[in-house]
Amino acid sequence: MAEHHSVSDSKHKASAVNIGASLSGNGRSSPAGTVGSSPTGALSTGIAQPAGWQSLLSFTILFLAWLAGFSARLFAVIRFESIIHEFDPWFNYRSTHHLTINGFYDFLNWFDDRAWYPLGRIVGGTVYPGLMVTAGLIHYVLNLLHITVHIRDVCVFLAPVFSGLTSISTFLLTRELWNQGAGLLAACFIAIVPGYISRSVAGSFDNEGIAIFALQFTYYLWVKSVKTGSVFWAIGCCLSYFYMVSAWGGYVFIINLIPLHVFVLLLMQRYSRRVYIAYSTFYIVGLVLSMQIPFVGFQPIRTSEHMAAAGVFALLQAYAFLQYLKDRLTRQEFQTLFFLGVSLAAGAVFLTVIYLTYTGRSTLYAKIHIPIIASVSEHQPTTWVSFFFDLHILVCTFPAGLWFCIKNINDERVFVALYAISAVYFAGVMVRLMLTLTPVVCMLSAIAFSSVFEHYLGDDMKRESPPIEDSSDEDDKRNSGNLYDKAGKVRKHVSEQEKTEEGLGPNIKSIVTMLMLMLLMMFAVHCTWVTSNAYSSPSVVLASYNNDGSRNILDDFREAYYWLRQNTEEQARVMSWWDYGYQIAGMANRTTLVDNNTWNNSHIALVGKAMSSNESAAYEIMRSLDVDYVLIIFGGVIGYSGDDINKFLWMVRIAEGEHPKEIRESDYFTPQGEFRVDKAGSPILLNCLMYKMSYYRFGEMQLDFRTPPGFDRTRNTEIGNKDIKLKHLEEAFTSEHWLVRIYKVKKEENRDPLVHSPRSSSSRQKYTSKKVQDPPRFSNGEL
Amino acid sequence: MSNSVISVISRFLEEYTTKTSNKLKVVDAYLFYILLTGALQFLYCLLVGTFPFNSFLAGFILCVGAFILGVCLRIQINPDNKGDFLSISQERAFADFLLAHTVLHLVVINFIG
Repeated sequence: MAEHHSVSDSKHKASAVNIGASLSGNGRSSPAGTVGSSPTGALSTGIAQPAGWQSLLSFTILFLAWLAGFSARLFAVIRFESIIHEFDPWFNYRSTHHLTINGFYDFLNWFDDRAWYPLGRIVGGTVYPGLMVTAGLIHYVLNLLHITVHIRDVCVFLAPVFSGLTSISTFLLTRELWNQGAGLLAACFIAIVPGYISRSVAGSFDNEGIAIFALQFTYYLWVKSVKTGSVFWAIGCCLSYFYMVSAWGGYVFIINLIPLHVFVLLLMQRYSRRVYIAYSTFYIVGLVLSMQIPFVGFQPIRTSEHMAAAGVFALLQAYAFLQYLKDRLTRQEFQTLFFLGVSLAAGAVFLTVIYLTYTGRSTLYAKIHIPIIASVSEHQPTTWVSFFFDLHILVCTFPAGLWFCIKNINDERVFVALYAISAVYFAGVMVRLMLTLTPVVCMLSAIAFSSVFEHYLGDDMKRESPPIEDSSDEDDKRNSGNLYDKAGKVRKHVSEQEKTEEGLGPNIKSIVTMLMLMLLMMFAVHCTWVTSNAYSSPSVVLASYNNDGSRNILDDFREAYYWLRQNTEEQARVMSWWDYGYQIAGMANRTTLVDNNTWNNSHIALVGKAMSSNESAAYEIMRSLDVDYVLIIFGGVIGYSGDDINKFLWMVRIAEGEHPKEIRESDYFTPQGEFRVDKAGSPILLNCLMYKMSYYRFGEMQLDFRTPPGFDRTRNTEIGNKDIKLKHLEEAFTSEHWLVRIYKVKKEENRDPLVHSPRSSSSRQKYTSKKVQDPPRFSNGEL
Repeated sequence: MSNSVISVISRFLEEYTTKTSNKLKVVDAYLFYILLTGALQFLYCLLVGTFPFNSFLAGFILCVGAFILGVCLRIQINPDNKGDFLSISQERAFADFLLAHTVLHLVVINFIG
């Protein structure tokens, strides 16, 4: 027991001594060093090298963090199977598949003619290739070693593997900022925190899975290069930044945070040559590296989002030049002319850059006003519930960590403070950006916890050995300080004070330590619960649980997509709402009209117009687009609330944006302003294509003896138009629970049907010809 | 005013020629050459136009990058700055310089089209 205690303390002190250059908040490196030697004297037989045990412990903890992070993300794979989830990952999977079959150059130059039907999509120039290339490379290397893994399994398990790498890079970054203990805590936090797990479960093959690793690693290398001032670390930072640019559009965050850091350092009079070397090298080499990605192209020197970096670069050059001159010249000479003139010029340049940034194309705010972007649920503002749900107690302890960093400020802690403040602002704007807040919250909470633990655990050791000297000192002080010597009273006072000091200390310290450990245990339980319940659903397969707990799997989506794959011709074109585009392309392997990329608003508006018009008008649009099949999602039988009738108003709004004369949103509401699908609903709604396709033959179906036939479970009403006849479409497939319905678009008739109008036999007979020998004449209707 | 400007500049030049070591002067000459090359490229771009924009950017950024790396090397080998760079010896500074140039040239050759 005592040996364990001293082992942990010696490691604690060894870690405190090993910090070296970084100023830590404990400020106890020197006394810890001296105290460390005395108790381990007798017990040093078991601990030959504290530093060796420390590295072993760090390695084990990091390995366990990787394992915990990997295992926590496997809920969906264990419950269902190894399948790609959601919508966007299907496109990434299809691209990676294309890459592994056709090679790298074919992938970079790929023109996909099976998406956005008449238009096609230039995939090579509109995608961030980092994810596909990473997965493709791992697949290639494994197959080279004759470990034949299918590309789908590589894609499914890529994000959990990279979560372990994220833990390690967070450990490295926090170790640079604070100390090794905080680093280990941060690694453990980020391995299981739900804010990061939500975008990196097994099966979620999306950019964020590798981008957060690239982000943390780039920041680690940046902090290292600012600390050492070496070009080697700066080049490492550039290469990691290049990987980040290839992986995610969020690289704009890096290219704005690092210049902001340098600017704030300049303002705080913390300019040093190391900062100059680090930022100049990073900016130039990073600039040319980032332009190698086709999607980024020339944006880094054209768009407003990148102008801050250029501005700070120019400012830094001017500042460094001024510093150089200041060292050479005397004060008066320097002050006379150069300073004012040149700094004014530099300031003017910087201000124009800022002005251009704010009046230029500001993408974040403009996007909110386009209906398509507004309809995506991830772009809504964040509620406080999401903060707690995704971060639990870390969101409460993270301001404490921020305060510790600011109190013991140095160059790299300025960086993490700026990172924290900007991440909190962005996370408050959009739910989706909670992901960028999560790493910094983990780091700062780890710093807070580490400081608390050091304060409340480390003191016990200090108090044990020198109490003898302390009490004798106090004894002397009290004896000399007293004017009249009431010997008995003084001694009792001293011994009481000794006892009370020793009595108060260990109790409070153990209570606080216990409390902190309980908080951490509750955090781990919460993380596992949230991951299991909220973030492990594949979205392609639905599961419901009966009263007795048994599971009911609804595999309608895959059933329908595979029907499409096996029963339609290779070149068939499928029209559906844009949500399902990637899944249709990935699983059914058919050409789609619109998909989740949503780059062409007019095309999507055309599809929306077709869905919201009546059947004949919609048929014209579908013929002009060469549509063969129409796919819709209908949740009325099982009560699925994400179906197309619930999304219908968005279709109408988007169509109205492009065709305001033909489609009006108010037409689809009742005169009282309600959206109803029963008899009281608007007649335009009851006759539109979407309504007809959703409820075709639904009027005959009675789900339950208590409800009438045609009772829609999702809207909880009986539908209004039960006797639906389709003229230009025919039903091709309906899945088991009526979730997916596919209709075939009929070809045009061979000839127009004759209009049978009644014969009018009134006025023609009155005229008789007087010429009898006239040749017979053909006239209408009399032959 | 202009008198003091000229006097300041001349005093600065005089101090420069006497106080800086030969090693640093070689680096400064290299930096001046890079500056000239960059200015020439920019002038060409202004006169002839930016048609292969990636080529112009590649060449110009290479000049700027080489200049910056030269300045970094000069800072790191200057004995006056030894206090800032305790862990970086002169040889290490030069090796870093070579590594950075290798990366920069590889990227520029890919970019030049």
